Amino acid sequence: MATIVPFGPQHPVLPEPLHLKLVLEDEIVKEALPTLGYVHRGLETLASIRDMDQMVQIVERVCGICSCIHAHTYCMCIEGLMGIEVPQRADFLRVIWSELHRMHSHLLWLGLLADAFGMESMFMHAWRIRERVMDVMEATAGNRVIISVNKIGGVRRDMSPDQLRWVVQVADELEQELDKIKAVLTNDYTVKKRTVGVGVLTNQQAYELGAAGPQLRGSGVAQDMRMTGYGAYKYIDFAPVVEKDGDSWARTMVRFRELYQSIDIVRQLIAKIPDGEIAAKVKGKPTGEIVCRSEQPRGELMYYVRATGDKYLDRVRIRTPTFANVPPLLAMLPGCEMADVPIIALSIDPCISCTER
Amino acid sequence: MFDMTATVLRNFLSKTHTRLYPFQVRETFENVRGNLDIRIEECIMCGMCQKKCPSQCITVNKDAKTWEVDPYSCVYCGICVDHCPTNCLFMHKEYRKPAKIKENNQQLQLKGPEKKKKAQE
Amino acid sequence: MAFETTNLVKSQLTSEVLALKNKGYRFVTMSCVDLGDSFDLLYHFDLDLKLTHLRLNVVKADRVVPSISGIYFAALIIENETQDHFGITFDGLALDFGGHFYLEEEVKKFPFCKFTVNKAESAGEGA
Repeated sequence: MATIVPFGPQHPVLPEPLHLKLVLEDEIVKEALPTLGYVHRGLETLASIRDMDQMVQIVERVCGICSCIHAHTYCMCIEGLMGIEVPQRADFLRVIWSELHRMHSHLLWLGLLADAFGMESMFMHAWRIRERVMDVMEATAGNRVIISVNKIGGVRRDMSPDQLRWVVQVADELEQELDKIKAVLTNDYTVKKRTVGVGVLTNQQAYELGAAGPQLRGSGVAQDMRMTGYGAYKYIDFAPVVEKDGDSWARTMVRFRELYQSIDIVRQLIAKIPDGEIAAKVKGKPTGEIVCRSEQPRGELMYYVRATGDKYLDRVRIRTPTFANVPPLLAMLPGCEMADVPIIALSIDPCISCTER
Repeated sequence: MFDMTATVLRNFLSKTHTRLYPFQVRETFENVRGNLDIRIEECIMCGMCQKKCPSQCITVNKDAKTWEVDPYSCVYCGICVDHCPTNCLFMHKEYRKPAKIKENNQQLQLKGPEKKKKAQE
Repeated sequence: MAFETTNLVKSQLTSEVLALKNKGYRFVTMSCVDLGDSFDLLYHFDLDLKLTHLRLNVVKADRVVPSISGIYFAALIIENETQDHFGITFDGLALDFGGHFYLEEEVKKFPFCKFTVNKAESAGEGA
């Protein structure tokens, strides 16, 4: 006989409120029904009362963890509509900050995962390592979390050669720290028992249900928006990190290996960064429609912007990766036990404030 | 088994990763966007900061010669500082300290900027 | 980048989407724009990192659109959200929240679009 248990909006494992009604039969989950809307702020309607420069700051605040990449994609859309050519140095700086964001987001997630297992020291260590990345962002961009460096046409601040050398030093230190915690995560019996074979999403399912990011790559589909070569990604070698199994362990390893990959990308970029301007002049108002995509820590982000030449934009539509990852979650849950639900929900890296901007 | 002993001894004998706040305070970095403030004598009351602010937290009253910011709505983005024509807006290095009463940062201009003398025709 | 869309009418929608699915396209999302007296529904699909778009124009007087959640299950989330925000009804939704996916029962006005129809009609649908 079926019981309905709420996996409530408040849960120690979730960073943001998400409600799932779990239909259980004797500890096995049969079905899950989502309810969203706890943090719906209606940010897309603000496009009708704030002009396009002010929208950069608003769009940054859709999500705190991946804010720089939201602003980057929005600026790419408007620059595409108006035909503005962003200087190369600005492209490089934008991508350096985006990769730093990816590192801090994955470290945050790693801490939450360790906390979900009850390994509180590991949680503290992951967040301690993350503090080094926050220090870099504070010193180079001005704020720790929402760094506000993007503007239409380029970036607002430059990084001096001393700062760039310091960033490389911090990247090296981060790599050593990660090596120390890698063994704890990958060789632990409890972690393996609770994630291997749990929450399996097959290759076919992941593709059809529209999964994005580490969800898709953990199931063997090698798709990453950075392969399209937007921004400064065309100047570096890049190959997506893919794992075959499709269970929670595969997704964990994808994110962990992406941390190493980000450190490598930052090093490559700083070695190749050219001198030059940091912003291009912007004149006039945009007209037309455009779609831009980029890769956030959680997956593929898509922006649709439509403008008619007025002071305010007609429509800004944001499709965030967690929005696309909710149907795969609903497909992963049936068949697992109730005690596995927190780990599975956390393995998709839920960012509900992005979902419900 | 002995890996754990080695780790325990190493952690025991090395110094802590945390600092003893409030006795030890971390020094702030340069160019941090802290509290917003204005050098009011240089302000020309153009209202540019009010127009550009994304959260609409600045009010400039040209007749009463006041400039006011609501520090609880301000998102500390620094757009106003970038667009100020006389560079009289600046951001401190430190963040705002906690306060017991909520009040806006209002500045009254008693003496305006010196009007530059026009070049002799 | 040039933005090319294929314009459709409502009756062609399901057959076009099924054709794209059989070619192996992945569903990205659906966007909705309020154009004053009609809506523009844009469907975005992806194959091997290239996007294709379908455009469907819906007049405000006749707001019923066939749902594609039978073909792409992932579409149900965005169709529920569009129902809440714009007042378009999708018939044949796999999981229908009836306009209360985000919004609560007290909200009687659709947040995103302006309606000039009389209040009785929209209250009957959304509330």
